[in-house]
Amino acid sequence: MTLGHTLRRVTLIATESLTKTYGGRVTALSDLTVSVEPGIIGLVGANGAGKSTLIKILLGLLPPTSGRVQVLGLDPTVDPMGVRARVGYMPEHDSLPPDLSAAELVTHLGRMSGLPKTTARERASEALRHVGLYEERYRQVGGYSTGMKQRVKLAQALVHDPDLLLLDEPTNGLDPAGRDAMLTLVQRIGTEFGISVVVCSHLLGEVERICDHLIAIDGGKLLRSDNVSAMTTSTDVLVVEVSEGDGELEARLLEMRLPVTRDGHALLIPLEDDLTYDRILTAVADLDLPLHRLDQRRHRVAELFADREAAHV
Amino acid sequence: MSSPAGVIHDIGYQRYDGERLGRGDTFLALYSQSLRTVFGLGRSFKAKIFPWLVVAVVAIVGIVVMAIRSQTGEVVLTYAMFPQVLSTLLVLFVAIAAPELVSRDLHSGVLPLYFSRPLRPADYAMAKLAALVTGIVLVFGGGQILVFIGAAFSVKGFGNVMNELADMGLGIIYTALYALVFGSIAVLIASLLKRRAVAAAAIVGSFLVTAPIVGVLSILPSESVRELAGLVNPVSLVSGVGDWLFEPSNEAGFGVGSFGPLYALVTIGLIAACATLLVTRYRKVSQS
Repeated sequence: MTLGHTLRRVTLIATESLTKTYGGRVTALSDLTVSVEPGIIGLVGANGAGKSTLIKILLGLLPPTSGRVQVLGLDPTVDPMGVRARVGYMPEHDSLPPDLSAAELVTHLGRMSGLPKTTARERASEALRHVGLYEERYRQVGGYSTGMKQRVKLAQALVHDPDLLLLDEPTNGLDPAGRDAMLTLVQRIGTEFGISVVVCSHLLGEVERICDHLIAIDGGKLLRSDNVSAMTTSTDVLVVEVSEGDGELEARLLEMRLPVTRDGHALLIPLEDDLTYDRILTAVADLDLPLHRLDQRRHRVAELFADREAAHV
Repeated sequence: MSSPAGVIHDIGYQRYDGERLGRGDTFLALYSQSLRTVFGLGRSFKAKIFPWLVVAVVAIVGIVVMAIRSQTGEVVLTYAMFPQVLSTLLVLFVAIAAPELVSRDLHSGVLPLYFSRPLRPADYAMAKLAALVTGIVLVFGGGQILVFIGAAFSVKGFGNVMNELADMGLGIIYTALYALVFGSIAVLIASLLKRRAVAAAAIVGSFLVTAPIVGVLSILPSESVRELAGLVNPVSLVSGVGDWLFEPSNEAGFGVGSFGPLYALVTIGLIAACATLLVTRYRKVSQS
């Protein structure tokens, strides 16, 4: 009992040689073995990489062709209802009837998850409030903006208080500000609400900043699955570019015991503390060089994946 | 420091450890919501027009029959004839309600939100069908109850009223048979079509297209062919069962001769086949 409980807490999702082929010809997932702990997990891959197929298998909607799968310590092929009771799912595509209000829809779906009538109504308003919908929730969904619709889809996944959220492209169709708001919301759910989240996206740069763990798949195959902290081997990096005299600056910075590396014309310096900025600026000023660019770069994860993908191709 | 009154505090996210209902309660919740949908309740005014138009016509027919019965004592329409005579209206009713129940969910793409929950596809399908069947029985059974009220005031003696009540009970069971056949055909067709208007047309079509075949077969010289003709069309199929059950000696109309049990068997088979296909359809939908 205790052991089972511990295992359940440690492993959120585990797959073993998970394979799904359609009609024996199209391979959607191929020999996928991953294991992740509770937290915010990014599932990254191009369109058609097998993300949606994986989600359907996790929900117990599709049977895998071979291999094993566990979600929250349950096997979705054996106990799909048990899994679905504890999981919330936000689909990628439009899935809201236009002539219902958000409050009615989320209440109804809460009841479909087994909440009693009054509880469903209360939790529906709470869920809608948490995603930032207040008085609008009594209006028909048909009149909502894309951003509001995405929020309703998120609220319906939250209404029954799941232990795991599966979000399929939650930032789809949103403008940059809307994307940021949605990602911040997802991050809050994962940290403050204490609900584990799997975020699917075809944009690595978008999810890497909110995730604890990243799984990258391509063509149904696992590219890499690792903790983000393990992937970002170095800390953030400062990029310095000067219009001329980059050699001089490099020499000066090395003199100052800053571990400089070169990337074309740009110089990369690991950002150790706030002083690093000042020291670089002082060096540039001393040498009287025209500073072209000085900013922080955090693309380590993307670079790691890019290397892998290049090797894969 | 106490905060000013009237300020709403964000108490943060609350986990839920309370009761979670089982399969039966979820089914009932979906069933009752769907039954409201049949009558357009909780929906826009537009969604209410057609179902309530049908209700109004059935009510008028019921009231007229009731009035004639209570004033003159004449039986213009028996309980069993009630759904038979109004079968066109019944087709119209299912053609409106079934697409509202299932095509709408297909069109809006809401089904993934249902099937990612602990709701079985078969339960979804059956809740929708049960809601439509209940709706039909409420409307047309309601008409039969009006007829009964007229009868109760015209017949003399408690015993006769009880006889009428028994007749009405049988009549409502017969209406339920209509509801099962028409409902299962309509929901099955609607479950295959996303657009409500197309689904409504297809449902009406499925009832109309086979009617001329019955017409042609019933004028052929062979008596057996004539008696079997009604099997081809759902309307004549169920009325054939009615003829066999309620008027075994009736020579008017098509007549089913000695094929009554066959009509009953085909009817039951048709309901079972439609229900099975409906469940299969939603198992498939849940995977896509």
